[in-house]
Amino acid sequence: MTALKHTPLHAAHRALQARMVDFGGWDMPVNYGSQIDEHQAVRSDAGMFDVSHMRVVDFTGPRVRAFFEHAVANNVGKLKTPGKALYSCLLNPQGGVIDDLIVYYFGEEFFRVVVNAGTADKDIAWFERLNADGGFGLAITPRCELAIVAVQGPNAREKVWATVPSAREATSALKPFNAAAIAATPFGDLTVARTGYTGEDGFEVIVPAAHVEALWDALREHGVRPCGLGARDTLRLEAGMNLYGQDMDETVSPLDAGLAWTVDLTAPRAFVGRDALERDGSRAAFVGLILQKENGKAGGVLRAHQKVVTAHGDGEITSGTFSPTMQESIAFARVPAGVAPGDTVAVQIRDKQLPARVVKLPFVRNGKVLV
Amino acid sequence: MSQIPNDLKYTAEHEWIRVESDGTLSIGITDHAQQTLGDIVFLELPQVGKTVDAGEAVGVIESVKAASSIYSPVSGEVVAVNAAIVDAPDAVNNDAYASWLFKLKLAAGADTSGLLDAAAYAKQID
Repeated sequence: MTALKHTPLHAAHRALQARMVDFGGWDMPVNYGSQIDEHQAVRSDAGMFDVSHMRVVDFTGPRVRAFFEHAVANNVGKLKTPGKALYSCLLNPQGGVIDDLIVYYFGEEFFRVVVNAGTADKDIAWFERLNADGGFGLAITPRCELAIVAVQGPNAREKVWATVPSAREATSALKPFNAAAIAATPFGDLTVARTGYTGEDGFEVIVPAAHVEALWDALREHGVRPCGLGARDTLRLEAGMNLYGQDMDETVSPLDAGLAWTVDLTAPRAFVGRDALERDGSRAAFVGLILQKENGKAGGVLRAHQKVVTAHGDGEITSGTFSPTMQESIAFARVPAGVAPGDTVAVQIRDKQLPARVVKLPFVRNGKVLV
Repeated sequence: MSQIPNDLKYTAEHEWIRVESDGTLSIGITDHAQQTLGDIVFLELPQVGKTVDAGEAVGVIESVKAASSIYSPVSGEVVAVNAAIVDAPDAVNNDAYASWLFKLKLAAGADTSGLLDAAAYAKQID
C-alpha cells in the first residue's frame, strides 16, 4: 500500500475537520460535516472544492492544433479565441474513453488540458505516445506545481471578485467555457475559467500551489463554504455530468454514455477512435432515472450497478444517489436502445424491483429542477 | 470524536443496545456509524412480530453515499419499530443515541453477554 497523495490544501482540510477518503490514491475531503448542507450551499449561494488532484498539462509547439485535432473527439476547430475551453473525450482506437478532459486554447502554439486525477499518468503516457508516433514535436509539461479551486454557485463569481478584486475586470465579461489569465494577484498568477462540475455558475481557479491555502482562506472569509467530494458527486449527478470510471471507461463508447454531443463526426478529421465510432454507432441509450414513490415513500436509493429491467431488455445504473435538491433518488443508466423518456422501468434494489421513471438529462440546472 | 455512552452495550457492527426496565432491548446505530455513513436518507426496518437470530440482517440504512445493513444483536422477537424515524431518518445524524430503530424481546435462552461494553467498542473503532 503506497501512501496517499496530498494536495497543497491537505492541512487546511484537516484543520476544518473534514472527513477524508481515499479518492484514486489521493487523501481527499468527502465532507466537512454535512454533505447535504454543502450541496445546498452550492445550489443557493457559493461553495468551493479543492480539485488540485486534477492535473494541469501544458502543450506547446507549432503543431499543437494538429495534435489535438488528432487526439480528441470534439471539434478543436471551435477553439479560436484565446481562453476558449472545450470539453472532450480522449478515445482509444477501439472508441473507448481513455479520459474526459477540458482543452483550453491560449494560442496557436499553446494549449492546456485539465485531466482527471486517477487517469493523469495514463493520459500523459498516451499523449506522449501520440506526440512521438505522429512526429508532432510538442513539449508536454505536467504542471504539478499548480493547484485548482472550483468556486461554484449563484454567488460564486461575486465572491471570487470580492476576494481577488483584479479578477473582476478580467472575468466579468467572460462567457461560460472561457478562461482568462490574471497576472500578479495577491495569490500569484491565476487562470480563471468559467467552468465547473455542478450545474451552477462559477469559476475554476488555477493557482500556484504556494498560494492556494491563502486563496482558500480568503474565499472562506468572503463566505464561500468548503465542500467535499460527496457534495461534488450529488451536484454533478443532478447536473447530468458524467464521472469517468463510473459512467464511462476504456470499454465504453462515448456514444453509449450520453456524450455524443462531445463527439464531432461532421468535420473531415481523422481523430483516434473515429473509425470505431462510425463502425459501431450508438449501441445503447444513456438516460436519467427517478425512483418512484409508493404510498409517498421511496423503497431505497438508486446506486451504481443495480440492474434495470426494461421492455427492451436489461440495463444497468452507472451512477446513482439521493438528490438533495429533488429529495428523490436519481440515477444515470445505460439501457437498451428504444428506452425513452417517459417510460417506466424497474430497478432491482436488494430483493425488490421498484419502478423508476425515465427522464432526459440533466435533472437540475442553475438551481432549477428540469424534470 | 464520536460519543460512546457508558450505559449502553454495543456490537462490532456499530449498533448500540439499551436494556430497558421491562427487559426489552432498544437498538440503534452508533454515533461512529452515523458519522461514517454521512447524511442518512432511507431506513428499512423489520416487521413487528418477526423472529430474528443474532447477527441476522434485519434492515437497511442508506445515506446519500452508501447502503448498509442493520443486524440484530441478539436472537429474539421484534416488538416495536420506530415509525417516526423512518419518516425522518436524518434524526439519526442529529442524535444517534436518541434514535432507536427497533425493540427486541430476547428469545428464551438468549442473553446479552456477547455484547461489547463502551470500552471494548471504543477499542474496536480506534
